[in-house]
Amino acid sequence: MTNIPETGRTPRVQIRLVVIQILVLSLLGTLGGRLWYLQIRNGQEYAKEASGNHVQQVVQPAVRGSILDARGVPIADNETRLVVSASRTDLLKMKDDGKAVLTKLADVLDMKPEDVIQKVRLCDAKTPQPCWNGSPYQPIPITDEATAKQALQIRERSEDFPGISAEPEAVRRYAAPGKANTAQVLGYLSPVTDAEITQAKDSSSPYLRSDQVGRSGLERQYDKELRGKAGVTRYEVDNLGRVIGKAKSDAAQSGSNLVTSIDSRVQRVAEYELDTAMKTARQQFDKITGENYKADSGAVVVMEAKTGRIVSMASAPTYDPNAWVGGISAKDYKALTGKNSDYPLLNRAIQGQSAPGSTFKVVSTAAAVEAGYEWDGGYPCTSSYSVGGQVFKNFEGENFGPISLGRALEVSCDTVFYGLADNEWKKDGGINPKKGEPKDYFFKAAHQFGLGKETGVDLPNEVTGRVPDRQWKQSYWKANKDVWCKTGKKDGDYVQKIAYENCLEGNKMREGDEINYSIGQGDTLVTPIQEAMIYGAIANGGTIHTPTIGKAIVSADGKTVQEIKPKVKGKLPISKDTLKGMNSALEGVVTRGTAAWKFGGWPQDKITLHAKTGTAEVYGKQTTSWFATYTKDYTVVMTIAQAGTGSGASGEAVRNIYNALYGVQADGSIDKSKALLPTPQKGLPKIQTDGSIDTPEIAKDPVKDLQASESPSPGATDQQLPAGTTPSPTASNRNTRRRTDRPKKRRGTRILT
Amino acid sequence: MTGANNFSVSGYGPARGGMSRLLARDSLARRLDWPILLSALALSLIGSALVYSATRNRTEINQGDPYYFLIRHLMNTGIGFGLMVGTIWLGHRTLRTAVPILYGLSVFMILLVLTPLGATINGQRNWLVAGGLSLQPAEFTKITIILGMAMLLATRVDAGDKQYPDHRTVLQALGLAAVPMMIVMLMPDLGTIMVAVIIVLGVLLASGASNRWVFGLLGAGALGAVAIWQLKILDEYQINRFAAFANPDLDPAGVGYNTNQARIAIGSGGLFGTGLGHGSQTTGQFVPEQQTDFVFTVAGEELGFVGAGLILLLLGVVLWRACRIARETTELYGTIVAAGIIAWFAFQAFENIGMTLGIMPVAGLPLPFVSYGGSSMFAVWVAVGLLQSIRVQRPMSA
Repeated sequence: MTNIPETGRTPRVQIRLVVIQILVLSLLGTLGGRLWYLQIRNGQEYAKEASGNHVQQVVQPAVRGSILDARGVPIADNETRLVVSASRTDLLKMKDDGKAVLTKLADVLDMKPEDVIQKVRLCDAKTPQPCWNGSPYQPIPITDEATAKQALQIRERSEDFPGISAEPEAVRRYAAPGKANTAQVLGYLSPVTDAEITQAKDSSSPYLRSDQVGRSGLERQYDKELRGKAGVTRYEVDNLGRVIGKAKSDAAQSGSNLVTSIDSRVQRVAEYELDTAMKTARQQFDKITGENYKADSGAVVVMEAKTGRIVSMASAPTYDPNAWVGGISAKDYKALTGKNSDYPLLNRAIQGQSAPGSTFKVVSTAAAVEAGYEWDGGYPCTSSYSVGGQVFKNFEGENFGPISLGRALEVSCDTVFYGLADNEWKKDGGINPKKGEPKDYFFKAAHQFGLGKETGVDLPNEVTGRVPDRQWKQSYWKANKDVWCKTGKKDGDYVQKIAYENCLEGNKMREGDEINYSIGQGDTLVTPIQEAMIYGAIANGGTIHTPTIGKAIVSADGKTVQEIKPKVKGKLPISKDTLKGMNSALEGVVTRGTAAWKFGGWPQDKITLHAKTGTAEVYGKQTTSWFATYTKDYTVVMTIAQAGTGSGASGEAVRNIYNALYGVQADGSIDKSKALLPTPQKGLPKIQTDGSIDTPEIAKDPVKDLQASESPSPGATDQQLPAGTTPSPTASNRNTRRRTDRPKKRRGTRILT
Repeated sequence: MTGANNFSVSGYGPARGGMSRLLARDSLARRLDWPILLSALALSLIGSALVYSATRNRTEINQGDPYYFLIRHLMNTGIGFGLMVGTIWLGHRTLRTAVPILYGLSVFMILLVLTPLGATINGQRNWLVAGGLSLQPAEFTKITIILGMAMLLATRVDAGDKQYPDHRTVLQALGLAAVPMMIVMLMPDLGTIMVAVIIVLGVLLASGASNRWVFGLLGAGALGAVAIWQLKILDEYQINRFAAFANPDLDPAGVGYNTNQARIAIGSGGLFGTGLGHGSQTTGQFVPEQQTDFVFTVAGEELGFVGAGLILLLLGVVLWRACRIARETTELYGTIVAAGIIAWFAFQAFENIGMTLGIMPVAGLPLPFVSYGGSSMFAVWVAVGLLQSIRVQRPMSA
């Protein structure tokens, strides 16, 4: 143990120890630096990742508000169904991605295993329907029609069905009270898409992954109000998904209820009558095309004349909106939207447009008065009107001699309006109008009536219709002249000739254009809702209302009621005197004019009915029938494409709707107890604080009840006509076009009423 | 060594009694390296809190008692502390004579692991289970390798025969280290092998052995690594563990997941952490092996940069003081033992913390003092005892 101090402390060892010390320190320094980098520099990022790691959102969907009719009958509400869903996250944790479990599940549910497996795969560009296009973290519904027994089987053997749940859930139901399906007005729901979530992220009503979104109709228009706010509970979970704490909880807020002005009973009647009218029309022979009418689509609108509220709105062909509930099947989707479908999703009351035919003459009459023509002046109703070699015939060459504007409207004399329009066209300077603004009274009136743009009804995707004025002609020509000039031939067929002419002067208002326009033919387009709006304005003394369906938004507990007031859009450009004249002329249409043959025995003294028929030409197709009517309270407009004349196709149907509204019996007497809605519904249905609604009884099928009370049956009304109190002067000597004995409405040349 | 001769280790204890004696200039209490002792104690106590936080909810392993691991960690610390006291009492020089026996015992124990008495946990057959107690004998081979090599390398130098150990001695020392390492390789316990290699390097450096040996060994280590890689001596999971720290996508559900979650846990702690028991990653058990190998992530998440930094600082104090002890002792034997312990602690701490921070491959190594685990705890406290003994028994400079 000697000499140790010298031997132990050699410089080599000393230096190496220092090296070790430096190495050790640098290692610790490295750790410190890395620690700083992770915690301080990138701490925020990792904190975010950590919070995403351990928080699971559980969404309690808000119960979507109901859509109620004017009396409080739910037309769209929710029902509790047993929904079996699969959690993708759980399935993917299994070795076979859950195939075995799904197969077992399919067996319990009596479904094919492939179908079940297809339902839980995620949609992408390569995956066709069926597939899940919602969030992969949300349970995917396999079926919402599980029986209690199936649900029990799944829940009792939960260890056999990991990741599968069977829970009662609120599912949208379109109840179709009294068989009124109201499909296009209600619209439908489908799951929210990723794009929508991103778009609405920072808005006041962001979407949740689980949300169903209104895609059309009222469901879309009032989506925000109906949807409510989903409750979100954030749970802290561990690595196995076990809940270890509750982080944050927002209770679900049920969506508000939408009270509409729709009356389900009237809606049912309207739908039934539209359908019946179309079916009947298909039995009728069309002389022009030499085949039966196709009557392939139609619409009817029943509107409160004084407020613009829609009492019913039906569109045909139609569909069952419940097809959308719980995810639409590929087959149903194709049937509703495919190329070979008849596009039943379209609400033809607001999305169908065609030339208005003679129903447009109220606009032309107003225009004539505006232009300074005397109401009682004698305007020649000749059998034809010639312009530069072109002969515009009156309907079936009728000749009434000189008549007043009122009479011209009543008998729907085309030649009177030809003359007036032609006169105005000339006054405005003819084909090349003089400098300064042409007066264009006829076009101006149409705009003042609110045509050529959306009515603003509270439904999405309304179309505008069209007023073919100079401005439109110019832009239309610009857009099409290249094609016209290419295909047009001076001596070609009809289409080629038209193209040739359009190429030359399609941008100008030609004499024939304005003449055609004056009787609602040519390029004019209107929608049924527009017709209802203008006839409603005539009915109520000249106030144009924006049509509305929503009447009030009532919170789920009934405490807050936000009324949707009728909106006044404007005034008709008609004086009181003119209106009076028009009213009596349109009454004449019912008592002795073009609609009289359908309204024999109508209690006109008690319920004053006004009407105008119209038959619009569509190139290459059968004529579109229009029937616009009103009483002091209601406006009813019906149109059926490819169905012939207005009164012929829709007369009975519209009469039946009025019968239902007022309780008019077949013999013309009024049974108030049978009247569905003799005066428009006032007030709102009461919604209790517990969310229940005081719902009145509704018959299983109001149509059946009405038919039972109406004896003889509606078909018999026709036979009463000859003995009717107000036989039409024009109704007698018409040759019969229909195979039945029914008197035929006038019909003949190219130009129609 | 004159002063040292006056000091009698057997006099340790209350025999002389009284504060005055404790505080006497040459008293044991004054000669102990308090910074090392207190730092080691602090690390063990912090460790117990972290172990508690990581295990209080793990009902599947804590047998329903949230304090199960806390109590055992404290007990381990207590036993470790006792072992340290015993080590100081015996003194490293006394132990020097017992080295052959200790070495033989440790080799025997690791051999036992390979017999049916051994148990495989987490893919590594490095446990001895007997009568409800489980032990990882490989932890103790770290000590016996250090002591054994130090004995061989220092004998002739400390005797004054040579300035540096000669080649033959070095070769003998390497052979001594190689035997237990080879056995450990059979387990295979890769972490222990890595530590042993570093220990051998540290010991050789401190012994003053020729540079050729140091660099030769480094080269051989590199060649060996390549050979291991190429000859597929390692199981696939071990290779994955190695590669995935840099690229978690390589093994996203396995090691990649672990390192990723560990990094998230530490990163989310920020400056002050979430507070003990409030870390979501820890409470949610997203980090595996959190009371043992990944215990540092608890500190990172719940105590933040401040707490995790404190652990680094305390480890730094232990290592810094150990370096001083190595430099100041007059015997080469003490220097080598201290250097071996420094290499061991430093590498093990760097590897353990480095893997949680994603800068080192994942290997099953405990963080000295902090990780839960009896064998490791006992071994590191024995090492502290050795350091204290080296310091206590060197002659006072005064």
